[in-house]
Amino acid sequence: MAEVKLLGFWASFFAHRVIFALKLKGVSYEYIEEDLSNKSQLLLQSNPVYKKVPVLVHGGKTIAESLIILEYIEETWPEKPLLPKDPHEKALARFWIQYGAEKIPPSLSAYFRAVGDEEQEKATKELHEALKILEEQALGDKIFFGGDTIGLVDIALGALSYWFECVEEAVGKKVIEPGTLPRLHAWAQNFKQAPVIKENLPDHGRLLDYQKHKRENFILAKSTAQ
Amino acid sequence: MADQVVLLDFWPSPFGMRLRIALAEKGVQYEYKDEDLRNKSPLLLQSNPVHKKIPVLIHNGKAVSESLIAVQYIDEVWKDKAPLLPSDPHLRAHARFWADYVDKKMYEIGRKVWTTKGEEQDAAKKEFLECISVLEGELGDKPYFGGKTFGFVDVALIPFSSWLSVYEKFGNFSVEAEHPKFIAWVKRCLEKESVSKSIPDQQKVYDFVLEMRKKLGIE
Repeated sequence: MAEVKLLGFWASFFAHRVIFALKLKGVSYEYIEEDLSNKSQLLLQSNPVYKKVPVLVHGGKTIAESLIILEYIEETWPEKPLLPKDPHEKALARFWIQYGAEKIPPSLSAYFRAVGDEEQEKATKELHEALKILEEQALGDKIFFGGDTIGLVDIALGALSYWFECVEEAVGKKVIEPGTLPRLHAWAQNFKQAPVIKENLPDHGRLLDYQKHKRENFILAKSTAQ
Repeated sequence: MADQVVLLDFWPSPFGMRLRIALAEKGVQYEYKDEDLRNKSPLLLQSNPVHKKIPVLIHNGKAVSESLIAVQYIDEVWKDKAPLLPSDPHLRAHARFWADYVDKKMYEIGRKVWTTKGEEQDAAKKEFLECISVLEGELGDKPYFGGKTFGFVDVALIPFSSWLSVYEKFGNFSVEAEHPKFIAWVKRCLEKESVSKSIPDQQKVYDFVLEMRKKLGIE
């Protein structure tokens, strides 16, 4: 069995996606923590195009881009499938993964960086709308996006649970709440507490400090820019 | 039971062209519907309620949106002819990586080349040529990005060749002068009927953009 290595960064939810998938599949791997201010030769060689984590190295071959790594893991270790078999169902899963990757980050970023009531209200509203679509059309009445069990869509969107919670605390304004996004809120709790996932989350306190620090920097940058 | 395949599209869209090429490669009969994007059909709005965008593939009543997702769907359903993705997981990941690179770069940078002026345009042109350079590096000495045969990355990228006149005329530069290898790959792909019958002539796209700019009052 060829060796598996994962180049990651402890706070990167992109890297966490890969960890969740490998752990759910029961694949052993060596984790290598990267210092993003001093990237290793291995990282720079393995991902010369973007120079970013995560990168999966399997039997000497490298795969970059977290969502592409997820598909690779699914195809290489097909037991305990994380994607539906039916081509149309699979296309739908990929559609929601892409939605999460393209439509959520801009409004999430705007929400994280918003300073002042007006800006914050606008950003929160936009993020809420983008999340509402996920709740109503992707999740519906299911426990997980994948159905009764966690699938690739849940893994791809997983950061909306444990990671986003810390962002909300740092900003001081909740978005995923039982009152406004009840099913998504329930999903977030179920995801965080699921076996395998709960054992592989980053330390909450450490992540919260990290996000708070980032938030302070955004506020500082805004005030010095004025 | 015969397959019913409908493609909701807009003729100058490079994303729509990807699906036309994939369907042609597989020899799939389908009904082509050109959408008026200022007056989207109820079928389009129903089939892609989230984004309301083309292209949308409707196969036996079920809709698939997002061009690269639809191309993978086509490859999986009509798997007995002209495979677009390789079977090896690592090679598949490699192909997806480069198709994703095309998606991240070509449309946005290309758009900046023909919609901006001055410094912004100069920066866009530089970035565009850098992209082509990177892609040429990935192509290497292979006839296609897919290797010996036309594949997923080729399908993802070749539609943008129909927009080359637009980029070159508004950007006032020549891609062939800087990147003859890339243009050689374009010409090689155009020799395939599945490609030449699926993508419009560069002049036609240029005339369309000229008309659109007039309507939008850009000059």
